[in-house]
Amino acid sequence: MLTDFGILLLFILAGLGLLGLILGIGRLLRPDRPNPEKNATYESGEEPVGNANVQFNVRFYVVALLFVLFEIELIFLFPWAVVFGNEDLIQQTDGRWGWFALAEMTVFVGMLILGLAYAWVKGYLDWVRPKPAIPATESPVPAALYEAINKKYESKTVNKT
Amino acid sequence: MELAVFYFFAFLALGSAVFILLTKNLMYAAFALFLSLVGVAGLFVLSGADFLAITQLMVYVGGILVLIIFGIMLTRTPDKTDDSQSANRILLNSRRRFWGLTLSISLFLVLIATITQATFRLSGMPIKSRSTIKTLGVELMTSHLLPFEIAGILLLVALIGAAYLALNRSPS
Amino acid sequence: MIQPPAIPEIIQLIPLKSYLILSTALFVIGIIGVLTRRNAIVIFMSVELMLNSVNLLLIAFSSYRSDPTGQVFVFFIMAVAAAEVAVGLAIIVMIYRNTRTIDINFLKKLKG
Repeated sequence: MLTDFGILLLFILAGLGLLGLILGIGRLLRPDRPNPEKNATYESGEEPVGNANVQFNVRFYVVALLFVLFEIELIFLFPWAVVFGNEDLIQQTDGRWGWFALAEMTVFVGMLILGLAYAWVKGYLDWVRPKPAIPATESPVPAALYEAINKKYESKTVNKT
Repeated sequence: MELAVFYFFAFLALGSAVFILLTKNLMYAAFALFLSLVGVAGLFVLSGADFLAITQLMVYVGGILVLIIFGIMLTRTPDKTDDSQSANRILLNSRRRFWGLTLSISLFLVLIATITQATFRLSGMPIKSRSTIKTLGVELMTSHLLPFEIAGILLLVALIGAAYLALNRSPS
Repeated sequence: MIQPPAIPEIIQLIPLKSYLILSTALFVIGIIGVLTRRNAIVIFMSVELMLNSVNLLLIAFSSYRSDPTGQVFVFFIMAVAAAEVAVGLAIIVMIYRNTRTIDINFLKKLKG
């Protein structure tokens, strides 16, 4: 097992080394002539206003929270999935092991699904959508008058052609 | 070889932890926590807990750290004077440095003295390094069944409570 | 004839005491962070460090004694830590929303 992770470590080290090498070569070769126009966030685009470090919408936090809790559930599923269909264990217990493990996991997952359903029903998952305001004009002239004028000129143009 | 890797990861974990203590920038502290957690994951691998190392990376780095960074972003007072070129800086202060350090370092010395004087009797069969995921699964399903289900209830309660706290405006 | 307890092969690579000293140091760094910092989120990070050091200790002992119970404990500790962070950060966000600060020196209202 240690040797497997040793290969992983070698991969990480090689990745870091190559990254450093390529960036270092780039640093050596490229000309370095900064000016304020080049240093702008979007070089020929929108002028940004204020710092990027603004306060976030709290709904992102709730999504991250649900993610973390369901990730924990996933982590609990991994060891279960490895031993769930184990033939030795099933034979030793006359086939009861599989049903037992399945029942346990159903209870566990069911509780978290209950939580998800609660969050869903309570509307924690709903994103507040912007409501586009349809502009309403208030004119003293009644709408029927416009209709009448439209109709009148419509018939005229039809006659012309 | 293993000793060198151990010292590398130990240095990574400890150095980043000290950096969390010393830095004044909250964002730097969050990223130092990332390095520290990765170092601890490497140490998990070295002590023969491969699945827990992956769990450490997934839960702490992939989940908890992201949550903490969201927390930092949510509790940020927007500073109108910042322009778009200034660095993202959230500065913090320390307090009660003297008493905190004295207390903690004396605790550290006491613990180290205990550890160096203790003799641990090791028992058990020689460990062939193998994957621990199967052992963990059997343990979870048999002797630790009740804590497993209670963990499910705990996660349910945390989900409901945290979502309620985060999204419901308090009357004040 | 009693056989002397077999020494796990991993101890020949890394002695147990270096694990102990390392996790003690991490734990004490966490304590210093909790005691001396003023921002609630940094205190949170220090608590995470302390939990991690305890995890490391449990795993080291579990593999030196070739007993998987320690690893199962670490598994549960991780689940509890995730729940703790979720609820704790939600509380911090709520405190921020009510008081516009997360500096713990401002949160002394409960003091008698």
